[in-house]
Amino acid sequence: MSTVTPMVKSEGVRKSFGHVEVLKGIDMEVAPKEVVVIIGPSGSGKSTFLRCINHLEKINAGRLAVDGELVGYVQRGDKLHELHDNEVAQKRSEIGMVFQRFNLVPHMTAIENIMVGPIQVRGESKGVVRDRAQKLLDRVGLGDRGGAYPAQLSGGQQQRIAIARALAMQPKLMLFDEPTSALDPELVGEVLEVMRELATEGMTMIVVTHEIGFAREVGDALVFMDEGVIMEAGKPRDVVANPQHERTRQFLSKVL
Amino acid sequence: MGEVPTPGTGGGHAGPGAEQIKAIPAKHSGRWVATILVTYLGVAILWGILTSPNFKWGIFREFFFSDAVLRGLLLTLELTAIAMVIGVSLGIVLAVMRLSPAKVVSSAAWFYIWFFRGTPLLVQIFLWNFIAALTGPHPAIGIPLTHIVLFRVNANALITPLRAGILALGLNEAAYMSEIVRAGILSVDEGQTEAAQSIGMTRLQTMRLVVLPQAMRVIIPPTGNETISMLKTSALVSVIAVTELLYTVQLIYSVTYKTIPMLMVATVWYLILTTILTIGQFYLERYFARGATRELPPTPIQRFRALFTRNLTTFHAPLPIGPVAGTVGKDHR
Repeated sequence: MSTVTPMVKSEGVRKSFGHVEVLKGIDMEVAPKEVVVIIGPSGSGKSTFLRCINHLEKINAGRLAVDGELVGYVQRGDKLHELHDNEVAQKRSEIGMVFQRFNLVPHMTAIENIMVGPIQVRGESKGVVRDRAQKLLDRVGLGDRGGAYPAQLSGGQQQRIAIARALAMQPKLMLFDEPTSALDPELVGEVLEVMRELATEGMTMIVVTHEIGFAREVGDALVFMDEGVIMEAGKPRDVVANPQHERTRQFLSKVL
Repeated sequence: MGEVPTPGTGGGHAGPGAEQIKAIPAKHSGRWVATILVTYLGVAILWGILTSPNFKWGIFREFFFSDAVLRGLLLTLELTAIAMVIGVSLGIVLAVMRLSPAKVVSSAAWFYIWFFRGTPLLVQIFLWNFIAALTGPHPAIGIPLTHIVLFRVNANALITPLRAGILALGLNEAAYMSEIVRAGILSVDEGQTEAAQSIGMTRLQTMRLVVLPQAMRVIIPPTGNETISMLKTSALVSVIAVTELLYTVQLIYSVTYKTIPMLMVATVWYLILTTILTIGQFYLERYFARGATRELPPTPIQRFRALFTRNLTTFHAPLPIGPVAGTVGKDHR
């Protein structure tokens, strides 16, 4: 183990909804600048795990830390103290998240969607934020669409705005929850392209996706989850070319 | 496969097979009979109203713009506006309280709504009017459950009939508004809250910046209805001698005995005001629809103009009309 603090460290993380246990002990470590791709059938708990990382879901057992600090709690002595809502919000602001269904605010234009976080949450000045937002728009290839409302944009464009919105907070970690699953096939490429660039620039990313091609080319690690546990993890090429588990083999044969 | 007709070209620009259908229209004799009958009855009623000596239109004309009536009208408008401001602001607070995770807080809101919706407004008006009987003439204002008194007030001077009326209307309205606001908040997709939280917004910021503006689209139409309804409901405070529109005309006809013409004065004024509010509501809804639809529905003036241009160009290209005109096929993708 290296001396570098892992960006995400998960030890025996468990999560139940009512009587259904969705995560049954997840161990995972994500190093800074690493890109980890999580695949698996629906209901395997991969989205839930992602949502636990920025405390949109509360874990029931185990330990989950981002950048060396526990998610949602603080340890004093041998006791865990729940964080106050505002402290949770502050921590979330350092983690970007991109959702399957974009979730852009419909009554704000594209650039307003990008600007609202830095202005309202960080209290940065409008001028500075506007410049940064415009740069982000250029970066995701939508420099001229800043004034458009989400409903006037295609799914692929909306998702690229959503990525820019997350990046505007200058996060240290980006979570992608099936970012291309709600898109028409021909629009998937433009979103993956933006994500690929982001990975090249050294962003730490955890990506839940069905895009095996993306995983193989961009991912540093590939994790296969099924029924709340990690079945298999390793170098993407190895896992895809030579899966160790029968369940992984079955799944890959269906999505490839 | 040969030639397949393209669907959705619609414009009627002559292509092969796009010839206009010429057919003899079906006969709808029933419709004609009904139309004639309804028109006949309508004209008869209108004629009766306008020519009947009992309506005494001379008196109507004399009092319609009289100072007393206009003052009453102004007070009706003030009552409506103030009561709605109280109703909407308190309604939002109550709605947020009801959605609070703290049980006592949400129960308090529930209890409020239970009381104010569960008793007749007329009873509440009387209760507020006679509140001095409950508090005594000089109730002390201090810290509850202690003996600390900050100051004493004169209840009879403080709670005038007008203030009692405003309180009754406003507090009652808050109960109804809170349910409307709550429905609006619940109608906003949960993904919106999650996205707002994911960039670090607090619960309050999420509510104010993301959820409430979207809830507005659901909240505005019934709120417009509530305002229109409040305009008419405000007439109830005439029972505690608040000189709004209805009580004003009552005062006049109690002296002149010209009951019907004076009631017609009130009726026509109420109709004028509700019509104006209805038009206002249309534009308000249109404003809050921005971002939700790709294009806004046309205003009546725009629609009227479209009708006009359509008649000029209809020979070649009939335009689609209706509230969704222009939303089809204008995908910006």
